Amino acid sequence: MAGYILRRLLQAIPVFIGTTFLIYFMVFALPGDPIIALFGDKTPNPAIVAQLRQQYHLDQPFIVQYLIYMGGIFQGNFGVSFSGQPVIEILARTFPVTLRLAVIALLMETIAGILVGMVAGLRKGKLFDGTTLAISLILISLPVFVIAFVAQFVFGVQLGWARTTVGDGAPIQDLILPAIVLASISFAQIVRLTRSSVIETSSLDFVRTAYSKGLGRRRIIPVHILRNSLIPVVTYLATDFGVLLVGATVTEGIFNVPGVGNTLYQAIIRGEGPTVVSFVTVMVLIYLLVNLAVDLLYGLLDPRIRYVK
Amino acid sequence: MRIKRYGVGFAALAVASALVLTGCSGGGASTSTTSANTTAIISTNGSEPQNPLIPTNTNETGGGKITDNIFAGLVYYDEKGAPQNDVADSITTTDSTTFTIKIKPNEKFTNGEAVTSDSFINAWQYGALFSHTQLNSYFFADIEGYNAESDSVLTGLTKVDDQTFTVKLTSPQSDFPLRLGYTAFMPLPSVAFTDLAAFGENPIGNGPYKLASTGAWQHNVKIDLVANPDYTGGRKAQNGGLTIKFYASADAAYADLQSNAVDVIDQIPDSAYQTYTTDLGDRAVNQPAAIFQSFTIPGRLAHFSGEEGQLRRQAISEAIDRDTITKVIFEGTRTPAADFTSPVIDGWSDSIAGSDVLKYNADDAKALWAKADAISPWSGTFQIAYNADGGHQGWVDAVANNLKNNLGIDASGAPSPTFAQVRTAITDRTIQTAFRTGWQADYPGLFNFLGPIYATGAGSNDGDYSNPAFDALLAKGSSETDTAAANKDYQDAQSILFKDLPVIPLWYSNVTGGYGTSVSNVHFGWNSVPLYYEITKG
Repeated sequence: MAGYILRRLLQAIPVFIGTTFLIYFMVFALPGDPIIALFGDKTPNPAIVAQLRQQYHLDQPFIVQYLIYMGGIFQGNFGVSFSGQPVIEILARTFPVTLRLAVIALLMETIAGILVGMVAGLRKGKLFDGTTLAISLILISLPVFVIAFVAQFVFGVQLGWARTTVGDGAPIQDLILPAIVLASISFAQIVRLTRSSVIETSSLDFVRTAYSKGLGRRRIIPVHILRNSLIPVVTYLATDFGVLLVGATVTEGIFNVPGVGNTLYQAIIRGEGPTVVSFVTVMVLIYLLVNLAVDLLYGLLDPRIRYVK
Repeated sequence: MRIKRYGVGFAALAVASALVLTGCSGGGASTSTTSANTTAIISTNGSEPQNPLIPTNTNETGGGKITDNIFAGLVYYDEKGAPQNDVADSITTTDSTTFTIKIKPNEKFTNGEAVTSDSFINAWQYGALFSHTQLNSYFFADIEGYNAESDSVLTGLTKVDDQTFTVKLTSPQSDFPLRLGYTAFMPLPSVAFTDLAAFGENPIGNGPYKLASTGAWQHNVKIDLVANPDYTGGRKAQNGGLTIKFYASADAAYADLQSNAVDVIDQIPDSAYQTYTTDLGDRAVNQPAAIFQSFTIPGRLAHFSGEEGQLRRQAISEAIDRDTITKVIFEGTRTPAADFTSPVIDGWSDSIAGSDVLKYNADDAKALWAKADAISPWSGTFQIAYNADGGHQGWVDAVANNLKNNLGIDASGAPSPTFAQVRTAITDRTIQTAFRTGWQADYPGLFNFLGPIYATGAGSNDGDYSNPAFDALLAKGSSETDTAAANKDYQDAQSILFKDLPVIPLWYSNVTGGYGTSVSNVHFGWNSVPLYYEITKG
């Protein structure tokens, strides 16, 4: 087990180097000079531009820029944004906010999704099942920004139940509305996954055996059916957690959440290489770790795929 | 040039959701105000400053909104854009070249240090020095000793005593005193120079507001300012403080205004253009701003130089239906252009000789185009380059359609993915089409809309326009000592521009904004920023 984890962690090293290289190259290949854009519609003095390019190493060839950046990373220096803040500080400030948002959303969609999906699956073809399917279809087909704007307008502006945007320090109560928005679409997916998986498992031989040997539903449903139905759901949840951590740009923008997605978006617009690369690199690492955690979790759900040795 | 970054990307999404939301807005009337509370904190929208809060390095609206409130320069601009002495006691000159500046005694920074001649001289020397690469360094270009390519001391700045200094310029600049209210000319306390990076994080100023505490700037979230009790100038705060919240999109700020989570905003999102006047009633603001929008046709393009070029430029200008485009596409949040400056600027006129070319006249446009064809027949497509991340597609397509229908030529927009890409192509002159240009004034003067853009060899002369007669009128205006006479020269200079049309004027951007029911006395300044110090809440 420990050996397996170590091996997986070692695999992360080439992935880390490869992704930073690719992302750095993509940012480098972005058309246009970010220094010129700093001056807006005003044409800057070429000597000042040259000086600033030198300051950010933008006058160097790509490979030199990349090596300077990597050299910095190994000394714990992730570079500096145009406003002079160390990127590591920006990360340290924004990441906890996004993490909190992601965890709240994940908890909501997991609990609600599995419960609803399980009930729907056990009552296949009944009214509850049909309604659930219809609602989940609507949620899946709506783009997230529509849900976000409508939720903000109805619950924030008209009813006043929640704050329209996330306030100072991103307290949990402010994050609930954006988390519901984020959770809504995944909720629909989880309901559908759980439902079909539960239906499938329910018709398997070992479930019938359990019934025929007289076990109660209270034991059969959670232990025999649900546990064996959860593998696809857990896989989905893991990828979704990764997506929540890195991809909530639109929702974070609408609710003005000072998180990773929002900051990354601004950095891309400004062409701030170091910020973009560092953010994406950290996201890649998180993705790797989450995937490792999921692979380990499979073993708990299904001993047949447990990693022995 | 103040740069404004729009909440791009979200705009498109917002339009779609507006369809969902239209019609569900409640009206609002302003309430009668009770006695104002002088300790109340006003909240407003802003954006994360892109640079440390150092006045000479702040060239965009996010940082400018903060530095303008925590620093007091020699002059400030009142609601009409007229300069009023702030720290200055008097600014005098006899030849518009050498200025004697006296500053008020007993002015101090919030750390107790006195504001003296040195506070200004040292700050300006720092900002102008080449190796400091300050984004606003070009503001010192007219002061004797300035060098844009190597380190050099501003020899034109001479200290007379603690309260007096003189500024010697390389050429007469009648509007120099008017420029002194711009962020670049703010004073700095001596502590700033020991560690400027740290200072930029926690600046110490002498303005109507100061930072609430060390670390009041919470990056990407907000900055808390409180009234500065020691400030004695004309911008004394009528409230207890100002919290500027940083929004990633105008939509988020607007939602907060509607739920009273923010008091004043100075940008209405595109998605609310149709509804904000009914949403806000008389608390909605929509007035012209000091922002001039145009597209530039460089003289190096085939068919656009000489007499043929003049005819084609005039034809293009007359073929554009500015009234309809501003009404339909911008919902009245732009004002059709009547000159090359802005209606909020002293000396603006909508009846400058030659300004008829801005009137929509399809028949005349066609005739002019035919005349040009007689000189050299037209071929190819007329294209306007723009950045696709700035919400320009709507009007570019509309203008292209005007040209297609009224001139019978092929015309289209030429989008580039990013702002940086377009600006780079413009700066290195590789662009081979017309391109979108805009100018937001740094200070409220006609010259600022003309000199930096159309003077021969000027910094932002992206179309490489050159006309000696125009240059001569600009120089004449700069050497006048009487403002009215100078403004007359600048209007005459614009007559020449109307003939040559180096850029095709389109419209003035309006400032759109609004405020909540709990605040009153909200007025927007000439530069589209609310005069926060006047606002009362209670």
